Amino acid sequence: MSIGDTHRIGAALARVPDPEIPAVSVLDLGIVRAIEANRVTITPTYTGCPATLAIEQAIRAALDDAGFRHVAIETTLSPPWSTDWISEEGREKLRAYGIAPPPKGANAASLKNETPAECPRCASHNTEEISRFGSTPCKALWRCKACAEPFDRFKCH
Amino acid sequence: MDALAIYALRLGDDALILGQRLSEWCGHAPALEVDLSLANMALDQVGQATHFLGLAGVLEGKGRDADALAFHRDVMDFTNCLLVEQPNGDFAQTIARQFLYAHYQHLLFERMATVNDERFAAIAAKAVKETAYHAQLASDWVIRLGDGTDESRARMIAGLDWMWRFVDEMFAMDDIDEAALKAGAGIDKTALRAAWDERVNAALAEATLERPASRRPVLGGRAGRHSEHLGHLLTHMQFLQRAYPGATW
Repeated sequence: MSIGDTHRIGAALARVPDPEIPAVSVLDLGIVRAIEANRVTITPTYTGCPATLAIEQAIRAALDDAGFRHVAIETTLSPPWSTDWISEEGREKLRAYGIAPPPKGANAASLKNETPAECPRCASHNTEEISRFGSTPCKALWRCKACAEPFDRFKCH
Repeated sequence: MDALAIYALRLGDDALILGQRLSEWCGHAPALEVDLSLANMALDQVGQATHFLGLAGVLEGKGRDADALAFHRDVMDFTNCLLVEQPNGDFAQTIARQFLYAHYQHLLFERMATVNDERFAAIAAKAVKETAYHAQLASDWVIRLGDGTDESRARMIAGLDWMWRFVDEMFAMDDIDEAALKAGAGIDKTALRAAWDERVNAALAEATLERPASRRPVLGGRAGRHSEHLGHLLTHMQFLQRAYPGATW
């Protein structure tokens, strides 16, 4: 096994989209915790995320297709996933997709989302929460009062 | 099952039964946003149940997994507290149950995230953040309904009145709890009560509601003595495995 293999595994995983937010990859979201020559370690975002199994299957398929059938997938709960693990690139992809990325510092942040979200369309901060839960467990529903568009906000977690 | 396995089973059963109850609202909630909220909280609970029941199966060591424990046990084998099996009633009654349980569960997981047994600590640390959301959402609705119209206020009072007699059971300690505490996996639930009272009282005050009068507590869920409601819940949840035992796909 060589360093080159872990790079190639990483490149294969970078092509695996999140099944519910296909604009970002499992690497962008911070779901992949470690890449080793014969093992990939992943962690679920939310405990009840229904995409967890689909993500593992998609990663399995990507590894198999890239010639890494021997590489095992392990799941770990600890330390628990945090939105701080979403990469800068991932945050930009979310914004471009129309989802306000979560503020940094999830562990210290208040759940009340006191800082208004930035509208991913017009960048206004004149926004309000419509619903604490949105189309997936990881998102809340917001509305921009400047451009009147509704949008999803990735919850700080 | 030994004490630790039963302890994990109780945590899993609470989450599973509450998750099943919440999921009964899917497609029936008073507004789309509420439908999404209840379904998402149900997902979180079922996810937690999967982890705790999976752990119970491992600790038991007889090859039962989370599905076997969820679908192949009958009502007297369930160890959830009586609160979570209470019927949904109207939306206010569901919110009352969620309010009382979510604040307990949030405090429980906060404490359990620090226990020595890292299997229990990891599940709790994972779940504590989403549970904080559940507690806040439930408090928001108690305030909105309690300090709302005459109709919403009356329903919120009735919902809390129905659920209140099941509060004490959440904090009760028995031999299993003591053994888990001693083993570094469990927590002292009685120590959560003061913080729970404070949070619940604060939300009730903001909702302009009186705290319901203290009632004789109803106990027995941890020992498998359940209300009639749980049996009906299981006939829905376990229908497929009862009709087609062992079916997989």
